[in-house]
Amino acid sequence: MFTGKEKEAMLEKSILQKLEKIVGRDNMTTEKSDLICYSFDATQQRFLPDVALYPRSAEEVGEILKLANRERIPVVPRGAGSGFSGGSLPTMGGIALVLRRMDKILEIDEENLLAVVEPGVVTEVFQQAVEAKGLFYPPDPASLKFSTLGGNVAECAGGPRCVKYGVTRDYILGLEVVTPQGEIIHTGGRTMKGVVGYDLTRLMVGSEGTLGVVTRIIIKLLPLPEAKKTMLIVFDSIRGASRAVSRIILGRIIPTTLEFMDSTSIDVVRNATNLSIPEQAKAILIVEVDGEEELLEKQAKRILEIVAPFGVLETRVAKDKAESEDIWKLRRSISPSLRQVNPNKFNEDICVPRSKIPDMILELERISREIGVPIINFGHAGDGNIHVNVMVDLTTEGMQEKVDRALEEIFRATLSLGGTISGEHGIGTTKAPFLAMELNDPTIKYMRIIKQALDPNNILNPGKIFGFSGNE
Amino acid sequence: MAELKKQPELKDYAEQIRQCVKCGTCHAYCPIFDQERKEPLVARGKVALAQALLNKETEIDARFMDNISKCLLCGSCSDKCPNLVPVEEIVAASRREIARRKGLSLFGIGLSTTLKHPLLMKFMARMGNLFSWLVFRKVPEKSGLRLRFPAPYIRRDRTIPKVASRFLRDSHPEYIPGEPGKPTVALFTGCMANFMYPHIGEAAIDALKLLGMNIRIPKDQGCCGVPALSSGDGAAVDELTRRNFSAFNRLEADYIVTVCASCNFGLRTNLGKTGADGEGLAAKVIDIHRFLVEQGIGEKLAALPAREKKIRVTYHDPCHLRNQGITGEPRAILKALPGVDFVEMRNADQCCGLGGTFSVYHYDLTIKIGAKKAAAIRDARAELVATACPGCMMQLLDSINHAGLPNRVCHVLELVAAELKSSR
Ligand SMILES: Cc1cc2nc3c(=O)[nH]c(=O)nc-3n(C[C@H](O)[C@H](O)[C@H](O)COP(=O)(O)OP(=O)(O)OC[C@H]3O[C@@H](n4cnc5c(N)ncnc54)[C@H](O)[C@@H]3O)c2cc1C
Ligand code: SF4
Ligand code: SF4
Repeated sequence: MFTGKEKEAMLEKSILQKLEKIVGRDNMTTEKSDLICYSFDATQQRFLPDVALYPRSAEEVGEILKLANRERIPVVPRGAGSGFSGGSLPTMGGIALVLRRMDKILEIDEENLLAVVEPGVVTEVFQQAVEAKGLFYPPDPASLKFSTLGGNVAECAGGPRCVKYGVTRDYILGLEVVTPQGEIIHTGGRTMKGVVGYDLTRLMVGSEGTLGVVTRIIIKLLPLPEAKKTMLIVFDSIRGASRAVSRIILGRIIPTTLEFMDSTSIDVVRNATNLSIPEQAKAILIVEVDGEEELLEKQAKRILEIVAPFGVLETRVAKDKAESEDIWKLRRSISPSLRQVNPNKFNEDICVPRSKIPDMILELERISREIGVPIINFGHAGDGNIHVNVMVDLTTEGMQEKVDRALEEIFRATLSLGGTISGEHGIGTTKAPFLAMELNDPTIKYMRIIKQALDPNNILNPGKIFGFSGNE
Repeated sequence: MAELKKQPELKDYAEQIRQCVKCGTCHAYCPIFDQERKEPLVARGKVALAQALLNKETEIDARFMDNISKCLLCGSCSDKCPNLVPVEEIVAASRREIARRKGLSLFGIGLSTTLKHPLLMKFMARMGNLFSWLVFRKVPEKSGLRLRFPAPYIRRDRTIPKVASRFLRDSHPEYIPGEPGKPTVALFTGCMANFMYPHIGEAAIDALKLLGMNIRIPKDQGCCGVPALSSGDGAAVDELTRRNFSAFNRLEADYIVTVCASCNFGLRTNLGKTGADGEGLAAKVIDIHRFLVEQGIGEKLAALPAREKKIRVTYHDPCHLRNQGITGEPRAILKALPGVDFVEMRNADQCCGLGGTFSVYHYDLTIKIGAKKAAAIRDARAELVATACPGCMMQLLDSINHAGLPNRVCHVLELVAAELKSSR
């Protein structure tokens, strides 16, 4: 059954009529079978909204928010609903504000290396459009084929290429935002520099739809790198691999991507591609470098020299695009193949300073051993962002407690190494209970003052980040 | 006769429904979502609705049925789903479940929604000369064509092939002996190649003869069951499957080849659901392009004389072949033809928009999906669009006509047959 508040607060007819006036009949639905489809995201939890709206302009969003603010109706912005932390779940019912119909690329400015887009544009669609003009938008969440740029901005999405190029935040020059009161504001602008007033752009990026609705995004672009080279390096121990990562960075080389897989990850994808992986493989690094063709060869050679002393069993440098694609397929197949291990997955995206990766791996091995739950690790070694997957069968008696204990220990270890409990997926509802582990009271209070000041009636994505009790 | 199981019920899919982790990957591949951007119309939404139906969390009201009806059963989603959720089967089972509970097939519901659509009504009021019900009456009651083109409900601006004057199975013997020691191949004609495009079936026979195959064309075979599957008519699917089982099982053929991608999907999956005997037969079903390539048609075609004049041909991937990884074989055949100058088109593997009975009730959506295809065809600058499915052929031609393009559409086998004929 659906979780959430029982429907004592169904929207009144008069309110629905007003909403319909704003967006039009075709852009609104209260049909149960439609609402069911806006009740979930990739966390797989379900909460029914009262109405789903598909606005087409900032003005419509403004009108909706004015009404919602007056009538105290919760509004939950929604992009593709691919979030891993519950950000787009309508936990308190209300309006699911679906931004998919605002999906135009308004401008690609080749002289100033920037683009202006609406929030519903799919990440990969945008990347292809700029790449066709020889330009480059680096952030590459694994969900790029379906996530929206609005959702990327609201979660500050990252991806493998972030080692070298940074995360979504680093590419957002300015925003058009509708405030919880329904006013349209502009942050940042079309210039590379700009210090007039507070940096509201940075405040909005990663705010998980709790401070405003993004209706337009000004994005910084780079020239598209000429070429890239992909390498697969197989190690005989996870420790060797994690030390190799530190050494590459110490060697003053920043590859485009530096991904790692532990031995269980390797086992689950062994048959996913044509690549043959040695039996004794205990860890794999996938390293990619990009830039000018001539320099790549040199860089690749240098990297292979650096990692050589750390128990390398085999290395493979992709000869062509197909082989590079095969190597990436290996990496991308992990997440969906994890079910082979156990049916229930608890997926955390902790991040530690890069030099601490070997220590974190040791900690994860210890926690797995002591609590007796399989923990599978892979992810973005280059920036310390590890996807930690606790794989269990929840039907086993007492398993939920073990999971809870394991997660808490994982977070504790992460924080004691100077890390953070979420590198890219956000807090939403799933990590709200752990917020206070990382942030001290005054910091949380400071954040909540901002939320209260900007959204005094707490209508915009209520209950997210700070949890239910903390927010009212 | 062997005991054949009925099509599974929705509850038999409970575990597969649970396998959907709501990741959203299917957004990137569903042709309907590509047009509408609405969650109830994408695989993930359909699976959520199937789940709600199974748990009795929702009424089966008009919108529910409309949402479940808006699926092409193309499998573009499940092909790419990281968790291998068989979305098209879940949707088909949901339609059967609706039919079971409401005593009404979706087909009927579709009719009522169409009737509410004023524009469609206008077209339908005049039956149009494109389609003659009288001719159509020659097509048997149980043929999927009747579901695909229910007589007065086809819009006048839609290009529909004519019913052939002589049907394929009527004009060929049930057994055409080949070279001794060569495999025996049963030809599953499918409705479209039997009733509307018999020359495709003839082309298939020519190609099989070229390789010396022993050919069997049982007259009592029937519709593959896709249109019935698509309209939620489980009993009809069961009956058609039984009929095909009995027509083909006794032949003890080594292979059952299909010339239609949808038939291949329908025959294989429907038989595969009936238990061990059906599964055994289903395992023999193979697409003719894959079969011809495996049996070495490449060498035969390579031996054909070279040609000065070539015609530019592009290829559209039918979903139900692409989902099985059959993308290289039809292209290999085209490239081996001396008279063909092959070019790829953009997004060749994207669905044409036909989808079982879908296009009858959601023709406006079909047109939009087809417009995208037509644009890709135009940009490929090919004279001919070849494909490997008569259903796709019909839909591609319709899209081309709507876009006012000069291109022609054909089956890969037609080009093979033409080449063989002219080199003789
Ligand atoms: C298979 C898979 C792989 C993934 N891989 C990665 C990865 O590598 N890196 C990564 O960072 N994430 C990843 N994610 C998580 C997710 O895709 C990202 O968080 C993404 O940015 C969410 O975008 P969305 O459009 O789906 O947003 P939604 O999930 O719809 O929304 C996310 C949040 O943004 C808010 N929001 C959405 N649009 C707006 C707007 N216009 N204005 C204000 N608020 C808005 C919502 O209220 C919600 O709080 C992955 C998810 C999946 C399912
Ligand atoms: S159907 Fe498959 S691709 Fe779509 S959301 Fe479910 S698991 Fe993901
Ligand atoms: S079968 Fe085709 S139309 Fe149906 S949900 Fe999947 S991709 Fe969409």
